[in-house]
Amino acid sequence: MNEHLLLEVNGLKKYFQTKRGMLHAVDDVSFTIERGKTLGIVGESGCGKSTLGRAILRLLEPTAGQVFFEGEDIAKLSKEQMRRKRKEMQIIFQDPFSSLNPRKTISETIAEPLRLNGIINDRKKRMEKVLETMEIVGLAERLINTYPHELDGGRRQRIGIARALAPGPKFIVCDEPVSALDVSIQAQILNLMKELQESLGLTYMFITHDLSVVNHFSDDIAVMYLGRIIEKASSEELFTNPLHPYTKALLSAIPVPNIHMKMERILLKGEVSSPIEPPDMCRFAVRCNHCMEKCKASEPPLTEASRGHFVSCYLNRQE
Amino acid sequence: MNNPKKRSQWADAWRRLQKNKLAVCGLVIFTVLVLGALAAPLFLDYETDVTGINAQNRLQSPSSENWFGTDRLGRDVFARVVWGSRYSLSIGFSAAAISLLLGGTIGAIAGYYGGMIDHVFMRVMDILQAIPATLLAICIAAALDPSPRNIVIAIAVSFCPSFARVVRGPILSIREMEYVEAAKAIGAKNRTIIFSHIIPNCMGPIIVQTTLSVAIMILIVSGLSFLGLGIQPPTPEWGAMLAESRSHIRDHSYLAFFPGLAIMTTILSLNMLGDGLRDALDPRLK
Repeated sequence: MNEHLLLEVNGLKKYFQTKRGMLHAVDDVSFTIERGKTLGIVGESGCGKSTLGRAILRLLEPTAGQVFFEGEDIAKLSKEQMRRKRKEMQIIFQDPFSSLNPRKTISETIAEPLRLNGIINDRKKRMEKVLETMEIVGLAERLINTYPHELDGGRRQRIGIARALAPGPKFIVCDEPVSALDVSIQAQILNLMKELQESLGLTYMFITHDLSVVNHFSDDIAVMYLGRIIEKASSEELFTNPLHPYTKALLSAIPVPNIHMKMERILLKGEVSSPIEPPDMCRFAVRCNHCMEKCKASEPPLTEASRGHFVSCYLNRQE
Repeated sequence: MNNPKKRSQWADAWRRLQKNKLAVCGLVIFTVLVLGALAAPLFLDYETDVTGINAQNRLQSPSSENWFGTDRLGRDVFARVVWGSRYSLSIGFSAAAISLLLGGTIGAIAGYYGGMIDHVFMRVMDILQAIPATLLAICIAAALDPSPRNIVIAIAVSFCPSFARVVRGPILSIREMEYVEAAKAIGAKNRTIIFSHIIPNCMGPIIVQTTLSVAIMILIVSGLSFLGLGIQPPTPEWGAMLAESRSHIRDHSYLAFFPGLAIMTTILSLNMLGDGLRDALDPRLK
C-alpha cells in the first residue's frame, strides 16, 4: 500500500432498482487520491457524480466495489464501525439552505459532530472549539446564536464547512459546494476551502459541473459520463490536451472573457442515453462526432494514453 | 457568552398566536380551567364539599349560596363541576400524552425506516383506525374494569392511529432533506437523527393534533362516564353528573346545564387554541 495514498476506490458500483430495470448510477469506477491533493469530478447533471461521493462515504450503500481509506476497506465495515469512521471523512453539501437543520442555532450545528463522536465532552471546551472553528471559516462570533434562516447563502455555506471541519476530518467530499451561491461569494468560499486545505492538510474530492471552478482547484480531474469515468488526468494535462470527444466538447463550452478570441464551440447532438441497463458499447457513442463501428460493438476500457493520462476511447488507440 | 439574540421559531410562533384573538381567548379560558382544577383542593374538601351528602339542602336552585344549585343529594354543583375538571383534564392530557408517545413513536419509526416496517406498522394502525375511536374505547372500557386508569388506556389506544399518521407524514418529507443526510455524515445514530433532527421539524402538526385530540378525548371520557363505563359516582365527573341529572332534567334543568356548559367551554377553548396554533405554527403563513 502506497503511503501517500489516502483514498483508493476500486470498481465501485451503485445501482438503483427501478421499475424499468437496474439504473447504473455509478458503474465500475476506480481512482486514487493522494494525501493533501484534490481530485475534481466533472460531469453533467445525472452522470452519477453526487452518487459517487455519497457511495464513497456510504451515505448510500455501494452495490459493489472497494473503498480503501488509509488502507482499510471501509465498504466492509459494519454500520457501527462506519459511524465511528465518519469523523475522518466529511462532506460539504451543495445546497446551504436545505443542508442545515432550521431548528438548530449555528453553535448547535457546529457542536453536534463534536458531541456525537465524543470528541469533546465538556460543554465549555466544546463551545471554545466551536468558536475557534467559526473563526477559521470566517464567521463572526456574534452569529453564534442565530438560526440558518437569518443568514445569507455564503454564511450558511460557511456553517456547512465548519460542521464538516469540526470533527477534524482527513478527507472531505465537496458536493458542488459553490454552485448554489452567487459568483462573488463563490470565489470567497473557494479561496476559504483552498486555505483550509493548505493549513489543515485536507484531501478533497471536489464534485462539480463547472469546469472553470475545478481548473483552479484540482490537482487531478476525472470526467464522468453516465456513471463511468471516461477520462482522467492531471488538471493541466486535461485542459491542454483533452483526448475524449466529450471532454473536448465540455472544455469548448467554458466561456472565455475575450470578444476577439475565436471560439470553436463543439455542440453535442442528441441527449444522454438512458442509464438503465446500458448496452455494452461506448456510452457516449450516440452523441459522438467520431463514432466508429467498434464503438458500438464494445465499450472502450479506460487505458493510459500517456503517462498519468487515462482515457476510455478507441480514437486514441494506436493499433 | 453575551450574544443575546437567541430568538427561536417558537418565539415567532408565539408572536403570531398573540395576534389571533380567538386563540388568545381560548388560551385564557383554558388556563383559567387548568388553574381552577389545580387549585380546587385548596378551597374545597373532597369528603365534605364534593361528595358529602346534605339531605336538607337537596335540589336547591342556583343562588348566592350555591352558585350552580345543589343536586338531589344536596351536594353543591359548583364544587362538583370544579372538582370534575380535575378528572376530565387529567384523563384527557394523560391519554393524549400516552397516545402521542405510542402512536408518535410508531409513526416516526414507520416513516423513517420505510419499506416493510412502514407497511406492517401502518396496516396495524389502519385496522385500529377502521374501528371508530369511541366504539373502540367503549369496547376496551367494557372489557377492563371501569377505572380512570383503564379509561386512559382505552382512549390512548384508540387514538394511536391518528397520531401515527400525523407524525409519519412530515417525517416522510423531512427524512429526504439534506440536513438529515448531513447528520448521518457527522456520525449521528438513527435515534439521534429521528429525535433531534426530524421530530423537532414536524412539531407543528403534532402540537395541533395533540391540542385538538385532548378536546375529543375529554368528550369521550364524559361520554363513557355518561354510559356508566367511565368514572363511577359519587366521583364528580362531568359525564357522570349529566347521567345523574337525567331524571331531574324537566324540573331542575340546571343540574344538566352546568356540567354540560363545563364540557362545552373546555372543548371550545381547546378547539380555538388548536386552530390558532395551527395557523401560528404553519410557516407558509409567515
